[in-house]
Amino acid sequence: MEKFTISTRAQRPLPGTTKQAILGVVASGNLELLFERIGGDAVEIDVLTASTGYRAVWEAVIHDFVERTSPGGVRITIHDNGARPDTVMLRLMQGTKMLEMPS
Amino acid sequence: MGMWTKQATERTRRLNAAAPLTDGKIVAKDNVTALLERIICSEDRVCLEGDNQKQADFLASCLTEVDPGLIHDLHIVQSGLVLSEHLDLFRLGIARKLDFSYSGPQSAAIARALDQGKIELGAIHTYIELFARYYIDLTPNVALIAAVCADREGNLYTGPNTEDTPTIVEATAYKSGIVVAQVNKIVDRVPRVDIPADQIDFIVEAPRPFYVEPLFTRDPGAVTDTQVFMAMMALKGIYAEYRPKRLNHGIGFSTAAIELLLPTYGEELGLRGDVATHWALNPHPTLIPAIESGWVQQIHCFGSEVGMDAYMSARPDVYFTGKDGTLRSNRLLCQNAGLYACDMFIGSTLQIDLAGNSSTVTPDRIAGFGGAPNMGSDAHGRRHTSDAWLKAGREAAGAEGPLVRGRKLVVQMVETFGDGMKPAFVEELDSIALARKLNMPLAPVMIFGDDVTHIVTEEGIANLLLCRSSDDIEQAIRGVAGYTPVGMARDHAKVAALRARGIIRRPEDLGIDPLQANRNLLAARSIRDLVTWSDGLYAPPSKFRNW
Repeated sequence: MEKFTISTRAQRPLPGTTKQAILGVVASGNLELLFERIGGDAVEIDVLTASTGYRAVWEAVIHDFVERTSPGGVRITIHDNGARPDTVMLRLMQGTKMLEMPS
Repeated sequence: MGMWTKQATERTRRLNAAAPLTDGKIVAKDNVTALLERIICSEDRVCLEGDNQKQADFLASCLTEVDPGLIHDLHIVQSGLVLSEHLDLFRLGIARKLDFSYSGPQSAAIARALDQGKIELGAIHTYIELFARYYIDLTPNVALIAAVCADREGNLYTGPNTEDTPTIVEATAYKSGIVVAQVNKIVDRVPRVDIPADQIDFIVEAPRPFYVEPLFTRDPGAVTDTQVFMAMMALKGIYAEYRPKRLNHGIGFSTAAIELLLPTYGEELGLRGDVATHWALNPHPTLIPAIESGWVQQIHCFGSEVGMDAYMSARPDVYFTGKDGTLRSNRLLCQNAGLYACDMFIGSTLQIDLAGNSSTVTPDRIAGFGGAPNMGSDAHGRRHTSDAWLKAGREAAGAEGPLVRGRKLVVQMVETFGDGMKPAFVEELDSIALARKLNMPLAPVMIFGDDVTHIVTEEGIANLLLCRSSDDIEQAIRGVAGYTPVGMARDHAKVAALRARGIIRRPEDLGIDPLQANRNLLAARSIRDLVTWSDGLYAPPSKFRNW
């Protein structure tokens, strides 16, 4: 088990009006994510992961995710059970899309 | 006199020696080992039919029982080395030299035997390469083959799994060799004649039907969201762009996902009738929904697949079938079709290096090649054109004109991490270490980088046709290699420049909605769904039934 928070800023606030989204499951090789709007352009990501020692990979995935989707004003809480980085990226992109949808 | 007929004289000598053990062409099963001791001599080249699927397993076990003092140092020339008996021949000293194509389940045992010096390896071939050598310098002296049934004259019905049989028999029978067939049953009249009796010397009714390996059944229930995502990228970024009508798919889950998305996402993209209409393909159960939705005009098969026979018999407009109504497959002809008459190959691999070379070899496994190197290569002898082929050629040349030849699309679909989080992208292929260890003059490479046109991963598509230097290729590959060490070591500025040139395309560049990347997009989500799509005609093997 490892727990850490990564805080950064996006170029723009995320468009759309949906306030909250939840997706995924805490199953082997998968993860559960909660997306909440906090306003502004800050991005806060709380990670609770079953595998230790991958913080550098998480930081790289989150850096690319923020650059690719600009999710300003969003807090993401992640419960990970050994998902591969590509699965994490797919779920992050899916959650952002869910927030962008009209509520 | 007689100096030009040594082979025929030797054949007659062996047949005469065998005659007391037989009733015409028919041999009792208990006499087979004794028969083999009379028709095979030490150092003979022997093809013990082991195809991708069909196995002459009874004859294989009889051959392991011959006296190694009498018969030794055989040279085995067969496409598939997949039964434990095949390896036993080398362990027992009956065989010494090996030329083959594919080993599948015996890949670890072959690597060990090579390491211990039990096998003298000629070469690992592709299928048609080995078949070609049957007619030049690896002609079998004796072929031990498998068929469904025979009549008393020796006419053979090979049924849906004809596979390699006609090719092996032709080379052996027309060069004064001897052909022995194991059959499941001797009958009064065969349903159709796949091999005529005058090419067959002996037939034996085996104690049990020959073994067939189900190789091409992929359970839709095991397809992941990530594979759906990659399949969407392939469909929108490659199928919709180049519109290949004629193609071959590999056997991995990524291409199974594409097959299952044709009736849904492919339909949404408006590709039906314009793309993927003609196939060189084994009978993949996952293609059933696309066939039933009117995507597919025709399919020629290398072999058959367990459970697909009744479905194919009921769809003769799509599949090649005999007058008896069952599938006719032929590996040589279908491989040739894949090489010369297809505009695209798309398949998975285990490892890719920075030049795009790929391999399925790991340090302790030699799985061989099978057909992928031919399916996944540009045929330089091709002279007919198609729009897809010409477009790929123009992209590669950066020019057009009457002397700009086309290119076959060769697409590798790779998840950046494989089993056990092993990175699929590497600085050096494991096969190079293996070649060093075994003193092989050429490292086993499945598809050379200069034949690869596109690489699809979860991160996007790299179009190698548009690359103009080895540095372009290296950074294009790093740029889709995800969070593997190779991907993390990318030059971010160069990757951004490649993206601006359209060499790297991300899902967002292709307008793909990640929310659609969901198993719900699959036309069938279970084996049971496939049975339903087939009107109950598909009969999956029991290990795939969970209802």
